[in-house]
Amino acid sequence: MLDLTFTPPAPKVIQGAREDWELVIGMEIHAQIASNAKLFSGASTAFGSEPNSNVSFVDAAMPGMLPVINEFCVEQAVRTGLGVKAQINLVSAFDRKNYFYPDLPQGYQISQLYHPIVGEGEVLVEMGPGVARRVRIERIHMEQDAGKSIHDMDPNLSFVDFNRTGVALMEIVSRPDIRGPEEAAAYVAKLRQILRYLGTCDGNMQNGNLRADVNVSVCRPGQYEKYQATQDFSHLGTRCEIKNMNSMRFIQAAIDYEARRQIAILEDGGKVVQETRLYDPDKGETRSMRSKEEAHDYRYFPCPDLMPLEIEQAWVDDIAARMPELPDAKKARFLEDYGVTDYDASVLTAEAENAAFFDAVAKGRDGKQAANWVINELFGRLNKEGRSIAESPVSAAQLGGVLDLIASGEISGKMAKDLFEILWTEAPGADPKEVAAARGMKQVTDTGAIEKAVDEIITANPEQVAKAKANPKLAGWFTGQVIKATGGKANPAAVNALVAQKLGL
Amino acid sequence: MSIDIDTARRVAHLARIAVREEDLPALAGELSGILTFMEQLNEVDVTGVEPMTSVTPMRLKRRADVVTDGNIQAQILANAPDAREGFFAVPKVVE
Repeated sequence: MLDLTFTPPAPKVIQGAREDWELVIGMEIHAQIASNAKLFSGASTAFGSEPNSNVSFVDAAMPGMLPVINEFCVEQAVRTGLGVKAQINLVSAFDRKNYFYPDLPQGYQISQLYHPIVGEGEVLVEMGPGVARRVRIERIHMEQDAGKSIHDMDPNLSFVDFNRTGVALMEIVSRPDIRGPEEAAAYVAKLRQILRYLGTCDGNMQNGNLRADVNVSVCRPGQYEKYQATQDFSHLGTRCEIKNMNSMRFIQAAIDYEARRQIAILEDGGKVVQETRLYDPDKGETRSMRSKEEAHDYRYFPCPDLMPLEIEQAWVDDIAARMPELPDAKKARFLEDYGVTDYDASVLTAEAENAAFFDAVAKGRDGKQAANWVINELFGRLNKEGRSIAESPVSAAQLGGVLDLIASGEISGKMAKDLFEILWTEAPGADPKEVAAARGMKQVTDTGAIEKAVDEIITANPEQVAKAKANPKLAGWFTGQVIKATGGKANPAAVNALVAQKLGL
Repeated sequence: MSIDIDTARRVAHLARIAVREEDLPALAGELSGILTFMEQLNEVDVTGVEPMTSVTPMRLKRRADVVTDGNIQAQILANAPDAREGFFAVPKVVE
């Protein structure tokens, strides 16, 4: 398998004032499950609706309302578990996590503390060609999201919108296997990629559909290896949890700041206090969320409104049978079948839609050439115009047709670019072969015609002939002239060969 | 298990129930009594017995992923002490 060939990256080392320190990072990712309705009610999950319009009496916690689980959300959680090669628990159960906050009308969040639906799995996080960190997943559980508070609409009031209240979340908990800020960001990116491939979360971080809590501690070199060998946390430092970050850049900056803060305390002879902290992007620092501390007693207990969730192995098997090809497998296949570079394979597999487009173009054709065209011409152009792959004016079939014309020698690479331009701007949906014929795009491979042109130019330019004979590097001038004379239709390789032959080089 | 006055005060606070200081000793006593009563259950040997969640065998009821509810903003906000522009308005809470 692919992952056997990877070596782990070196952990990040931070030099303190006195000694070297390493980082140990574990993450809890909250991913909104992609679904139409909420986890326990029939209200919509749509983003950006009128405030409090996607709210049912269940979500508003009106007395007597009872939760009924959305089976598709369960299926999505199982699919996600399978996507990170995790154990699926056929029996899981819901608990109440009790706390008071204006955006939580129930006064508790329904979660799965004791019996999560997904157990141990893993994610392979690539940090470069042949270098990857295997991050173990401890568990994935389902829970309800809270509402949204807006603090800047009134000087004395907070405004609360329950539209997000009760939307299904997956909390994906990693083991402390991440060893630096860059790895943390790469882990989030990889998980996001897997979730998007699976269609279980749209991964939109800006809308808060994917958010991360990061546990950071520091230790002296060598300590982490002791932890790995024994799984005994006492070898590691005291951790702090940085809550609720929704940007890769902030995650990295927050970890870096937090590690340096802890190192400064330790080198001063102090002790790190385990606590929850918030990252302030404006100041670039983390600060303590003291108010959360006292509320930390959540008084969990099994939710009396919900029976344990029992699912059948056959149902899980059916979900497993319908899994899409995942990023690691797809990348390995692109490397193997199409001979593309590691970098190109990563670019092509970043999004499932892009990979499908490339697959369609490359199938049965020169994979490397297809990769060049898809990445440089197509992705480059889409990027420049701010369009998504779904909005591409040139389809995979059309681009494949262009490549076929190059492969058969009917058009040159230069003509192909012109043809691509025409298909993009003037002839959407047209057959490349017909467009090329209609525009007179045809490479002259008839050596008789090229020979005639070569002869004419040699005869007309005796001085250049003499120069080229003295310095063969100047023969390129003739090639250029011939291509010009044939209106760009002569095959450059054929011209080169003829010129060299005629000049006796 | 016995509940002391400090624990009673703390539990009341976590549940956001206002309890007068002079009522705490009686409350702590009552809570201790309840727990002691319940502790009799510990005398039963339940080794190897699965926790029971329902008297009759029942499967957790499921719903399909279809939007069937919502768009009742006025009713949702009807009991709110203060609501503005479709939002619940509450005393400012900022971290």
